[in-house]
Amino acid sequence: MCTLEKRGDLFLLTLTGEDEHRFHPDTIASVLSLLEQAKSQSTKGSVLITTGHGKFFSNGFDLAWAQSAGHGAIERMHQMVKSFKPVLAALLDLPMPTIAALNGHAAASGLMFALSHDYVFMRKDRGVLYMSEVDIGLPVPDYFSALVVAKVGSGIARRELLLSGKKLKGEEAVALGIVDSAAHDSAEGVVEATVSLGESLAAKKWNGEVYASIRKSLYPELCRMVNLTANNLATHNL
Amino acid sequence: MCSLEKRGRLFILKLTGDGEHRLNPTLLDSLRSTINQIRSDQSSSQSVLITTSDGKFFSNGYDLALAETNPSLSVLMDSKLRSLVADLISLPMPTIAAVTGHASAAGCILAMSHDYVLMRRDRGFLYMSELDIELIVPAWFMAVIRMKIGSPAARRDVILTAAKVTADVGVKMGIIDSAHDSAAETVEAAVKLGEEIIQRGGDGHVYGKRRETLLREVLVHTIGEDESGLSVVRNTGSKL
Repeated sequence: MCTLEKRGDLFLLTLTGEDEHRFHPDTIASVLSLLEQAKSQSTKGSVLITTGHGKFFSNGFDLAWAQSAGHGAIERMHQMVKSFKPVLAALLDLPMPTIAALNGHAAASGLMFALSHDYVFMRKDRGVLYMSEVDIGLPVPDYFSALVVAKVGSGIARRELLLSGKKLKGEEAVALGIVDSAAHDSAEGVVEATVSLGESLAAKKWNGEVYASIRKSLYPELCRMVNLTANNLATHNL
Repeated sequence: MCSLEKRGRLFILKLTGDGEHRLNPTLLDSLRSTINQIRSDQSSSQSVLITTSDGKFFSNGYDLALAETNPSLSVLMDSKLRSLVADLISLPMPTIAAVTGHASAAGCILAMSHDYVLMRRDRGFLYMSELDIELIVPAWFMAVIRMKIGSPAARRDVILTAAKVTADVGVKMGIIDSAHDSAAETVEAAVKLGEEIIQRGGDGHVYGKRRETLLREVLVHTIGEDESGLSVVRNTGSKL
């Protein structure tokens, strides 16, 4: 399902297996627990890199699991939407820089998971970003839009991402300002690039609590939506 | 401390001396009283303010050494800078920062609180240093950053990597209006820009009110959400 490894200063969170890494209550709980673990083991200079195996970073919520409940499908959808919020909150709150290394496709909540990281690297050769909701006829939770608005500046880019139903490849995603890089071919290439970035960030030996506090104050609206209090003290803690 | 020169309709406010122009209570009081002087000048609503500095620094931020001796001074400095920025935002004339040296943390916020930011490209950088020195960034600083830097990636780079932003990079990020080859050329360009703005004409009072509306989000933090009639509060020369 997912694993957490430590490589020097770097925490590597991997969505394992060749499947679509869909978010299901169990995977969500798993990811949350690993993020908790990273948080509790964090020191100055810690950095998180999240990646996956196979063709998908994550293809979103487990719709099949929801549908298998028949009449209870909507209830299950609501449950997943609700229980996913803490994952975003945990990433926003994580006392270390976070980097998503997209090995493959990121769709819907899988894309939101990626965008919740401070830096997002995609592959140049494969993988798309895709807000599938518009094609499946599902509305987008308010905190998803808040995340897009917080991380993506241009009106055009927001439209392409949230409304167009387009499958955005790496270069286009960079041009739209949605991801930071799509310069590398292959999953290994992307991971290597993120490790390199991670190591340069780790070398700064930043205080993780301060880092998280500053990060949250960058996105006050989003923090409100995911029930995080941004640590906006009026005074410096000198 | 600081000096004020009048050149035609241009007010040139300078942080004087070769030091770091740390924003301690004395300098902040001096700046505020000079801004008040400018505001009450008869020609103010047809003028332009240029803020610049001597030496290697525009301003290296709050006087942290002072705050270490007395923690209540950090609250005081923050409060005084907030009032100064609120004064700049309500000032009935366009404002230009001619950044001829390093501008860090609170010093960077001061520079960005001007309508136009011109900077030398041969030396100096903008630097939101807080992350590097383990300081939390106040909410009102973040409001200035959000209002003045449009791209989420640029905001992240500035505040979450403590980037040292040189003028040309600043232009690309949309923080700086233009980059110039030296300190003297930066000031010259600011003067030229100021004169062009004055030529265009217009009523400074209206300008000031419009700016207040545009930067409302910052004012909400600097004055407080309960205050209505923001410009009324400002013009009474409130002793905040």
